Amino acid sequence: MSFVPPISDFPILSRQVNGKRLAYLDSAASAQKPKVVLDAMSTFAATSYANVHRGVHTLAAESTDAYEKARAAVAKFLNAKHTDEIIFTRGGTEALNLVAYSFLSPRISAGDEIVLTKMEHHSNIVPWHFMRERKGAKLHWVDVREDGSINAAAFGAAITPKTKLVAVTHMSNVLGTVNPIKDIVAIAHAKGVPVVVDGCQGAVHEIVDVQDLDVDFYAITGHKLYGPNAIGALYGKRTLLKSMRPFNGGGEMIAEVTEDYVSYAEPPARFEAGTPPILEAVGLSAALDYLTGLGRTAIREHEHAIYTYAREAVRQFNWLRVIGDAEGKGAILSFEAEGMHAHDLATILDHEGVAVRAGHHCAQVLMERFGLGSTTRASFGLYSTREDVDLLIAGLEKARKILT
Amino acid sequence: MDESLRELYQEVILDHSRHPRHFGPLEHATHNGEGHNPLCGDRVKIHLIVNGNNRIQDIKFEGRGCAISQASASLMTDMIIGRTVAEAESLMGGFLHLVKGGDASDLAEDDLDRLQVMAGVSAFPMRVKCATLAWHTMKSALEGGSSAKTE
Repeated sequence: MSFVPPISDFPILSRQVNGKRLAYLDSAASAQKPKVVLDAMSTFAATSYANVHRGVHTLAAESTDAYEKARAAVAKFLNAKHTDEIIFTRGGTEALNLVAYSFLSPRISAGDEIVLTKMEHHSNIVPWHFMRERKGAKLHWVDVREDGSINAAAFGAAITPKTKLVAVTHMSNVLGTVNPIKDIVAIAHAKGVPVVVDGCQGAVHEIVDVQDLDVDFYAITGHKLYGPNAIGALYGKRTLLKSMRPFNGGGEMIAEVTEDYVSYAEPPARFEAGTPPILEAVGLSAALDYLTGLGRTAIREHEHAIYTYAREAVRQFNWLRVIGDAEGKGAILSFEAEGMHAHDLATILDHEGVAVRAGHHCAQVLMERFGLGSTTRASFGLYSTREDVDLLIAGLEKARKILT
Repeated sequence: MDESLRELYQEVILDHSRHPRHFGPLEHATHNGEGHNPLCGDRVKIHLIVNGNNRIQDIKFEGRGCAISQASASLMTDMIIGRTVAEAESLMGGFLHLVKGGDASDLAEDDLDRLQVMAGVSAFPMRVKCATLAWHTMKSALEGGSSAKTE
């Protein structure tokens, strides 16, 4: 394979942890940042920074220009039809909450239903629980099969005339399952139901075309895309965004404010109250350029090769059970190890320089579905190598010796 | 093996974790508590029988968790049977100091000897909550509260 993981682009990967070479296998929680992202942010702060959309001075103009270019970069990355269909948020969580508050809340009443899956993580569950608590909505859960996949046809059965929204993740942060979004959207739209997709993992590992998928909303977060944290974005179809009430109130989202009257700006400004994450937008834009420059398909193939190498390597352990083996899944390896709790494993692996996530991964409904208290998760990114996997395997063997 | 790791997972800890003492439900419990670590999803239930003299006549625990949390719960139940409520709470105070790397000199010498196996936790700040969950849950049960959280 021609793709060589550009490890030297990531300054943090050269550090040691507990005296060992760092094997960072927690990219699904947050990815490390390449130097081009860090440099873009620091150069921008040092040369062009000011508040955006206010003031007529040169720095204000340069900042506004950079911020809006970042919006265009996200639109291009997701293949949105219009740049104004991209709203910057503080992350994927805020993007999903925006849909709940501005889109769904005025359209849902007691007894109405929201369809979601048991593999969602909490940011695509709790906003819908708010609708249950506050509006009397019912949550309808689509089950996950034993291999971690879901059946698109199950959405057909789950959607009723009462359904107001389908909320589904593009890719599970625990199972790695990549869901058949296009099929799910077609089924939902045939019944007149809009679909919001949690793309926090999906946008990292899949090549997303929101027009082809025909999703109504798609949420992403910057820090998993090798960009900075505290920025995310929501894609929403223009007609839907225009029909939605504001989210937060404050500066920049208004058209006119008087003592007894307020009118609102058009999207996307309507949903971006206050000073937005300007430096972070510059960093995210640099991250997207970086990913595009490396080649999205090449990255995807590389990650898949590393995942497959790891998946094959753990077959030697008859005490290890992989959770999530769906066809076409992404580069996430979650597992349960007999006689070893995830936290003990993660502590021992950390001592070997191997960073993994242990716990419920903010997906307690899924944990319950599989009868698990917690799992250990190794997640791979564009900088992952076979050597990282070898360190994981050696660490697992060591943990087995210590703990059992 | 690295010394701090050996200290953390010493044989006594692993033995308690593999063969927990006083594990299971308790009939006629006078006090019950449920503890939850929302970060990892671990849960522990503590059941106690406290008699008229404020003495802990029996204690049992249920739940699942990591080796540290299971060993800590097992050791705790072993050590507080027969103590008064005040003595149990005082023991807990000393234990918390010990696992957080503080001054545990107010522990009686034989208590310190037995609890010393947990002292290795202090080198792993991220794991202190694992060690303290059962103790917080016991205290909450004794105080009549029903649930405890480590966060």
